[in-house]
Amino acid sequence: MAAKWLYSEKVLDHFRNPRNVLDDSEGFEADAEGEVGNIKCGDMMAFYLKVDPDELRIIDCRWRTFGCASAIASTSVLSEMVKGMTLEEAWTVDAKSVVAELGGLPENKVHCSVLGDKALRAAINDYYRRHGMEDRVREPGSRTVCECLEVTEGDIEDAVLEGARTFYQLQEHTKIATSCGKCEDEARELLEHYLQKHFGDQGCAIPEMPEG
Amino acid sequence: MVSNRHERKTGMEQRRIYLDHNATTPLHPDVRRAMTDAMKVFGNPSSLHSHGREAADLVAESRREVADFIGASPREIVFVGSGSEANNTVLAALTCEKGACARLRGPQRGLVTTAIEHPCVMETAKCLAARGIPVSFAPVDDSGRVEVDALEELVDDSVAMVSVMLANNETGTLQDVRAVSEVCRSRDVLLHCDAVQAVGKIPVDVDELGVDFLTISAHKIYGPKGVGALYVRRGVPFCPLIRGGHQEDGRRAGTENVLGIVGLAAAVRARRAEMEEEHGRMLRLRHRLLDGIEARIPDFRVNGHRERCIPAALNVSFPGAEGESILLYLDLEGIEVSTGSACASGSLDPSHVLQAMRIPEVCLHGSVRISMGRATTEEDIDRVLKVLPPIIARIRGMSTVNGRE
Repeated sequence: MAAKWLYSEKVLDHFRNPRNVLDDSEGFEADAEGEVGNIKCGDMMAFYLKVDPDELRIIDCRWRTFGCASAIASTSVLSEMVKGMTLEEAWTVDAKSVVAELGGLPENKVHCSVLGDKALRAAINDYYRRHGMEDRVREPGSRTVCECLEVTEGDIEDAVLEGARTFYQLQEHTKIATSCGKCEDEARELLEHYLQKHFGDQGCAIPEMPEG
Repeated sequence: MVSNRHERKTGMEQRRIYLDHNATTPLHPDVRRAMTDAMKVFGNPSSLHSHGREAADLVAESRREVADFIGASPREIVFVGSGSEANNTVLAALTCEKGACARLRGPQRGLVTTAIEHPCVMETAKCLAARGIPVSFAPVDDSGRVEVDALEELVDDSVAMVSVMLANNETGTLQDVRAVSEVCRSRDVLLHCDAVQAVGKIPVDVDELGVDFLTISAHKIYGPKGVGALYVRRGVPFCPLIRGGHQEDGRRAGTENVLGIVGLAAAVRARRAEMEEEHGRMLRLRHRLLDGIEARIPDFRVNGHRERCIPAALNVSFPGAEGESILLYLDLEGIEVSTGSACASGSLDPSHVLQAMRIPEVCLHGSVRISMGRATTEEDIDRVLKVLPPIIARIRGMSTVNGRE
């Protein structure tokens, strides 16, 4: 009696055989690297790029993660997606497109996929910095609220538009304030703000039971 | 360069190795037989006619069996729907303003419990706190043992009850309930003990422990799901959670789950016969497993007390390797375990038990609980020892965190 696998077949495939994992023994020489996340929250991601300097195109890439099956699979898929893209194209790849490419993730696992693209963008910025293109370095689309996990105001707004109504749901979407927790008050205010902005009076944050 | 070495066939022809007995256990063949026999008994134990009396006899016989197993008298046993129900029943009595429970308790309403209880105690305790009842949580040391001195300090005049588990579900660590009982006796405070993970694995006697309430669950000891028992010491205040019937002496309304109760009693009977021999076997398997891990996997941490524990459960962390990944790679190899990692629980937080033990963060997300049972063999453990090291090495190879060397 074989039970169904928890995730999609594609997640299983990438979990069993993750592509482009950095292997110490292969001597991969990265032109740039980016790392985000933090061991405290149980998620950490590093992305390494080899770039064609003329076309500013990603020739090859590697990654490493301290993460669960979803994190491994989503980063593996991301690494395949961005190979051959220009740095500018790669910059626009976000967690949503990775999840779509994977054939979806269970709702409560989406937050496991949010670090890969951030590590990638950090690596792209690193490339620009190392190669005298400071003018191309972009900060995340908007102000960073959660320093530990690099969650921005824009991420919070997106989460609200995707259906987050409680602070816990916001955390499920973004992982915000799951590490040191010092941004929690501000994050709660921003949640309230964006709920008001998009849903008016119906959008008040739903009171939560003690302990979610 | 992508490794295909894990792509070989697994699972299909190979027996699945179940090592998650702290989650639940398969039915014991004797239990299955007893329940199959009892299935033809359909009477309501409350009915006075023959069919009713036949069912009532089965319940009474089962009650004797369960009572005897923990050194209680039959009238002190209340059959309930689960361990969680038993725990909720006991704690909810603290909210009762009327009746025997309030009268006997006097003005005291407070609860002292511990930081490592099962969620059905933790969440109920937090709910009580939200309703204005003083609740505090005693800390544990880094081996997961409740600090009885610290607990004693929390038991002030506001406290009516202490609730402490006997064996922890995640680590198997045993608590010194006897010492907690002495604290409670000296302060005239009631003591509840969630013994779901201990009864049937080690000898449990309510008088030796000195408890007023004790919780048992059937499905953790090869019995059916959906049935448990609550020991209530004679004379202590009791407040039913489910009202409206005279069943269980008015302590738990609802027509008795005769089949489940028979299953629980059969499970207890089987444990009585097998427990002692099995305990020795579990100890040997545990040593085999631990020695094997020690010899094959660099850098690991045993979470929980190494001696004061239920030997069948082993909780280990592998720094640098995330728990859900370990669990799912093991599952692909036909081995079933559990983890305290946040990612496996569907929540954002890792195990509250491991957090309370203040284990290093790098270990918090990489814990695996291997809980053995009566069907576990040396071959099973050897298979784990064969499969686990390359899985850990592989995950560490992908990891951004130390532990790679």
